[in-house]
Amino acid sequence: MPALITNDTTRYGWAAIVLHWLIAAIFIGQFVLGFVMMRVSSQRTAFELIQLHKSFGFLLLGLVILRIAWRLGNAAPALPRSVGRFERRAAALVHFALYAFQLALPLSGWALVSVSMLEIPSVPFNLFVMPDLPLVESDTAESFWISTHWYLAYAGIGLVALHIAAALRHHFWLKDAVLTRMVRPSSNHEAE
Amino acid sequence: MYARILGFAAVATCLAMPVFAAVTLGDAAGSYTISPAGSSIRFSIGKLGGGGFDGAFARFKGSIRIDNSDVGRSRVNITIFPESVGTGQSRIDAFLRSDAVFDAANNPEIQFRSTSVKRTGETSALVTGRLTARGKTFPEKFTAELSGLKAGTIKFHVTGKVLRSRYGMDVGTPIYSNVVHFDMTLTGKRS
Repeated sequence: MPALITNDTTRYGWAAIVLHWLIAAIFIGQFVLGFVMMRVSSQRTAFELIQLHKSFGFLLLGLVILRIAWRLGNAAPALPRSVGRFERRAAALVHFALYAFQLALPLSGWALVSVSMLEIPSVPFNLFVMPDLPLVESDTAESFWISTHWYLAYAGIGLVALHIAAALRHHFWLKDAVLTRMVRPSSNHEAE
Repeated sequence: MYARILGFAAVATCLAMPVFAAVTLGDAAGSYTISPAGSSIRFSIGKLGGGGFDGAFARFKGSIRIDNSDVGRSRVNITIFPESVGTGQSRIDAFLRSDAVFDAANNPEIQFRSTSVKRTGETSALVTGRLTARGKTFPEKFTAELSGLKAGTIKFHVTGKVLRSRYGMDVGTPIYSNVVHFDMTLTGKRS
């Protein structure tokens, strides 16, 4: 039996499942870290937390690019037949928005540090110097990207909440396999 | 005859020498107060990927005493007020003043007290001393080059490297180098 790495039209494979939960965990961690680092009183701790936030941001960007490539190059399992037309559309829209925001949020952070007059190098996990994006540095540009990063983060929290609510609804209310199929590869749900 | 020529040559040499040697540490004996007007204490820190940032301390005070008979017994004392740090970026200045780096509120002074001065050339010396910052004291070395001496004014160009981690200021390493390069111009007025 193949190792269930890839997706097919009935189930998610391990690669998609691991990427989903890994990215989910890091994203939630980044929300928390982002809030804490802006509120901590010690400037030293703030500096270190910001560098950590940047490190995880670059890790996320890499994982998200991998995930989108995997998603485009793989089959996507169909939704249960019981799912109505409106929900199918809503799910597709929210999923598209989730992918867009997964890409836009780390990119806006990268833009933010690239245009900052402070010129603090990005050195993910102290491993290598990540070059800045080719953008013009200015305080105005930095404020713009800071706001963008914030708004995207809030929008992201909203989308994630919607996504989680939908998953829980499927599991506890509709009692289908939409949530469990993202836990382990399984095609034995009542959908097909 | 030859002796007289040699004697003349010797006198000529002696006359000629002081023109160059006028600026020597031996002639500079005396006590000086560092004058902020003609002095500057600048520093730079490199960062990964090239570049770095420069800064300067606007307020400091100090004295230089050059011993008449023995330059080696000369003394240099400098007090820097870290609150006066300036880098051209107010956010960096605030960060440097905060407890992340200087903790200027609780440690308003950085002090250097020389312990030995060793001549290394006609116009240069190696100054060893004790540097105290954030309550920590370590021996440090600076190279002093006499760059001017006239009418009660003495001028040194002083350079040296300090490892900031020893003074509890390792924040930002390794992104920002642990090595702080100092470049100072110290002008003393005879006191």
